[in-house]
Amino acid sequence: MEVSNAILWQFDVLVLLMVVVCAVVALQLKDLVSSAIVLGAYSFFMCILWTGMLAVDVAFTEAAVGAGVSTFLFLGTALHVKRRTKD
Amino acid sequence: MKFIALLVCVALGAVLLVATSDLPDWGDPQSPASVHLSRYYIENSMEQTSVPNFVTAVLADYRGYDTMFETAVIFCAGITVLTILRRSHRRKKKDVKPRPSRSDQDIILQSAARLIVPMMQLFALYVLAHGHHSPGGGFQGGAIAGASFILLAISYDLKMVLNQIKERVIMFFSGLGVFIYAGIGIICLFLGGNFLDYSRLSKILPATEVEARSHGMLGIEIGVFITVTFIIISLYADLASGGEMDEGL
Repeated sequence: MEVSNAILWQFDVLVLLMVVVCAVVALQLKDLVSSAIVLGAYSFFMCILWTGMLAVDVAFTEAAVGAGVSTFLFLGTALHVKRRTKD
Repeated sequence: MKFIALLVCVALGAVLLVATSDLPDWGDPQSPASVHLSRYYIENSMEQTSVPNFVTAVLADYRGYDTMFETAVIFCAGITVLTILRRSHRRKKKDVKPRPSRSDQDIILQSAARLIVPMMQLFALYVLAHGHHSPGGGFQGGAIAGASFILLAISYDLKMVLNQIKERVIMFFSGLGVFIYAGIGIICLFLGGNFLDYSRLSKILPATEVEARSHGMLGIEIGVFITVTFIIISLYADLASGGEMDEGL
């Protein structure tokens, strides 16, 4: 069945690509503070994906908790541990 | 070693990708979830609970036990972080180099925060109160309300926030939210129903049994809101100050 309000598939692919890129970059970065920021961006793209799938409640939670609060919890933690990782 | 880890990750990812081909298509009306369970909620939730947003109805009523223990999990997480990190001032401090004082420096940040924080708190209350009709509810509203206090702590000072809300008050309210949730469930028990059977609340509320389920849901969402808000403040204060409660980020 064709879903009438599906967004452009190119847009979907772009957002999916950005999710993967953010995930890989967050793992590769040596600096934990930058890593926390990139994880926030990751959450934001996930939020767009949830909205595209019409799961607005989940998207809402992802935006508030994932992109908003947990970024700051990561930041606060990163400042109190050794900031740069070795691997 | 790193090469082996990469190999395992790629192999696992490939297996999962192959497995997704067996999953039903996205939005497939013939998939098992859509045929049995979802249909029941979509067709009956409005008549049984008078809540148009059936995500809220499922979360707070049909699956009320799950949500209660989710709230308890959040409460336990906050308590655990507090127990591990909180240190009294008397104990020997690590030699952290003192950060420069930031007061009177961040005029733009502080003015913006003064504008945004009341908006955020009002919006959090809207998300809570309107969760029956639109996306939102206790968890989301609580996260937004907690984030507004984090914004205050970042733009001003952690001490300024903790002077407004004492730690004792924070912990009292975090527990109060779970207490409200479980308390509403126990009130239902005393009124002759099952635990969290809100329709029994019609005996003490001026509402029909169907409306009482909606009111009961609002009550427990308020409990979730209170717990999430104050646990988020507590988590931030503990993590950002390393348990010293003196300065934040």
